Amino acid sequence: MENSKQEQTLVRKFEKVNRILEKHSYNQSDLIGILQEIQEEYRYLPEEILTYVATALGVSPAYVYGVATFYAQFSLKPKGKRIIRVCDGTACHVRGSQTVLKAVREYLGLKPDEDTTPDLLFTVETVACIGACALAPAMMIDDQVFGQMDQEKVEQTLESIIQEEKGEEANVFSQ
Amino acid sequence: MPEKTEKKVVLINGQEIELNGEKNILEVAKKANIDIPTFCYHSDLSVYGACRMCLVEIEGRGIFPSCSTPPQPGMSIRTNSPRILKARKMVVEFLLANHNRDCTTCERNLSCRLQEIASRMGVEEIRFRERSEVLPKDSSSFSLVRDPNRCILCGDCVRTCQEIEGIGVYDFAHRGSHSMVEPAFGKKLTEVECLYCGQCSIRCPTAALVVKSEVEKTWEVVLDPDKFVVAQIAPAVRVAVGEAFGLPPGEITTGKIVSALKKIGFDRVYDTAFSADLTTVEEAEEFFKRLQKGERLPQFTSCCPSWVLFAERNYPFYLNNLSSARSPQQMFGSVIKNYITKFEKVPVDRTVSVSIMPCTAKKFEAHRPEFVSQNEPDVDIVLTAQETIKLIKSANIDFGQIEPQPFDVPLGMGTGAGVIFGVTGGVTEAVLRYAYERLTGEELSEVEFNSVRGFQGLREAEVDFAGKKVRVAIVHGMANAQALIRDIREGKRDYHFVEVMNCPGGCIGGGGMPLGLPDYPEVLRKRAEGLYNADRLSPVRKSQDNPAIKFIYQNWLGEANSELAEKHLHTSYYSRRRISNELIRIQEAKSTHKVDIAVCVGTSCYLKGSYNILQRLLELVREHELEDQVNIGATFCLEKCSQGPNIRINDQVITGVDEKKVQEIFEKMVLAQV
Repeated sequence: MENSKQEQTLVRKFEKVNRILEKHSYNQSDLIGILQEIQEEYRYLPEEILTYVATALGVSPAYVYGVATFYAQFSLKPKGKRIIRVCDGTACHVRGSQTVLKAVREYLGLKPDEDTTPDLLFTVETVACIGACALAPAMMIDDQVFGQMDQEKVEQTLESIIQEEKGEEANVFSQ
Repeated sequence: MPEKTEKKVVLINGQEIELNGEKNILEVAKKANIDIPTFCYHSDLSVYGACRMCLVEIEGRGIFPSCSTPPQPGMSIRTNSPRILKARKMVVEFLLANHNRDCTTCERNLSCRLQEIASRMGVEEIRFRERSEVLPKDSSSFSLVRDPNRCILCGDCVRTCQEIEGIGVYDFAHRGSHSMVEPAFGKKLTEVECLYCGQCSIRCPTAALVVKSEVEKTWEVVLDPDKFVVAQIAPAVRVAVGEAFGLPPGEITTGKIVSALKKIGFDRVYDTAFSADLTTVEEAEEFFKRLQKGERLPQFTSCCPSWVLFAERNYPFYLNNLSSARSPQQMFGSVIKNYITKFEKVPVDRTVSVSIMPCTAKKFEAHRPEFVSQNEPDVDIVLTAQETIKLIKSANIDFGQIEPQPFDVPLGMGTGAGVIFGVTGGVTEAVLRYAYERLTGEELSEVEFNSVRGFQGLREAEVDFAGKKVRVAIVHGMANAQALIRDIREGKRDYHFVEVMNCPGGCIGGGGMPLGLPDYPEVLRKRAEGLYNADRLSPVRKSQDNPAIKFIYQNWLGEANSELAEKHLHTSYYSRRRISNELIRIQEAKSTHKVDIAVCVGTSCYLKGSYNILQRLLELVREHELEDQVNIGATFCLEKCSQGPNIRINDQVITGVDEKKVQEIFEKMVLAQV
């Protein structure tokens, strides 16, 4: 059951890549937009897909790679389904963002050179400021802001998200 | 009263200089012999304006880069004001901050543009710490070594590969202090579309891209008394080696090179112009036969290893049109291992064949598995002109004073036709000199075909062979070649014979030649002139009249295109993978996997509609509910491009698939297995 779900996503994704290219009429100057939409599908930019895009647009793979590595918004490594952004702006930094970051990483069991969990559920990033200084130290999970974090609150928040994800999976199975 | 037309002039350092349509201030200054230092400006590439060395001060306006500022009448420009001198020095200091500064052990020591300019600018101290991070070198190819630690991000290689070769192996990647010039995904040169032509390397102002040296290996064999070392010297090299010893470009130093090689310990030294004559005879005879039958036309030349590699990757449908004649280097290699060893009575495994070449891709060509005799490569070592200069210098030979010597006999003679192989158009001219006589049965009196000479990217000529019109085209630079072939395929142009050379100018502009600074186009022009002069001075100017050629056919090969000649002097070509890459996984069967299907989406198959085939396969798998038993992926090349679209089912490659056939193939090969 789980297998066939994964298969179908892969098929769907590749079909989507072709639709994205078509939508942009294989226009070289739309490269950034094309990459953004592809990243939305795959959650990152796989090497093979970038080479495919280069072939389809008639540009060199080195050129596509150059654009993909220039912008911080693009990732060439797989990213997790949920993105955790720990704020490290001045206010948050002063009020202990490093403790928050440490707590997040420890709870998820990330090794020092890892930013994404092996099950591809979470990716952890630090950002300069999310504009929630009054709630410092703050972090975001996807679009939701969590304020006045400490180790305990980090653990509670992550635990509830993991439960949420498990529930979603169960739902898929019961369908 | 007629209006007086005012002369358009600018003042540079107080000197009045007339404007004549120059696009930028740097060109204006160059015209007046005012040197403005630059790393990233090349007159034949687009203007990039990155290195900031060419800054000038324009009165009333401030400091501007001269390479990207158009001159305007009345401008007063200073190239050496105190502000400029300070700014330039600072620029060099910044560049050096990020540069590996171990000059004494650097491949480009004393031939480095960065070193030269730093010295000219009087940089004596660098106030910034050296970068501690050391990035890995790429020495994966036979031809070039890329050292990112010496790169100054001038982008010369990026633009050369994109604009002259039309390939774009490199580009800028990453950002800010992490910026780098590198191939896609940080891959090695052997994993991307590199043709090993070395054009990037001769433009590189530092040692970030250098020729892979075989000088040490050469010393080992020449100093080994058991080895019988035979050299061949390519035409183009003889008009450039002198440049490193203070002689002007184009000066013919053949005799001096022979003499130096003999002093170093080479046992025999021969002229590649001889095997160029051999190539001419074999290739022109082939051309004559194809013309008679009207098949496999246009015939493309095959002397240039980068072009052959490019054709193998991109034009599988033209591989039958390439001349099957080996390049002069490989013909001589074969002659050395199969013939010279016999009359010299030296066993093949003791014979070392060394070729002195203008070209980095020749190193790759020598390693092609086809070019082997009795399990030994026909060419063991390829030394570029740059390495030859290093070899001569390391032997402490006074090149200026050395007495010239002739080539060895009996195969030491090359004709003028063989010598001009080194310049764009030369192969065509040599072939025409042969084909004319073969087709008309008359003697050719005027041997110079001026219409095929020159440096224009594409040159065309129609030659009248006793009523039969033969149309030829000559291109140099792979970007020009790609444009020409597009036109030929679209039916816009039509020829009998096409000469393709990868490097601008032909072999005289090879990636292994001395760095032609500061005025590269002028250096090329002089080298070409040198070769044409050598042709003019030759007692024999047609390959077929070469007594050494007659000798080798009489004593060994029989006649042109004979069975023996086919075996030793001809070759075949095959389609090659353009990029190495992982499969794009599209559908994965996890539990009961039985069949793997890969559909090629490389350029050639993609254009022939392989995406629709992929779609159809996915539908079929779904219809038969085989999602859990069949893996489907998209791959970039199955190396049978001429017969595409191709798919692979388990280990079997199926060519010529179309949407109609998919159903049948699916039933036979997939349904049968599940």
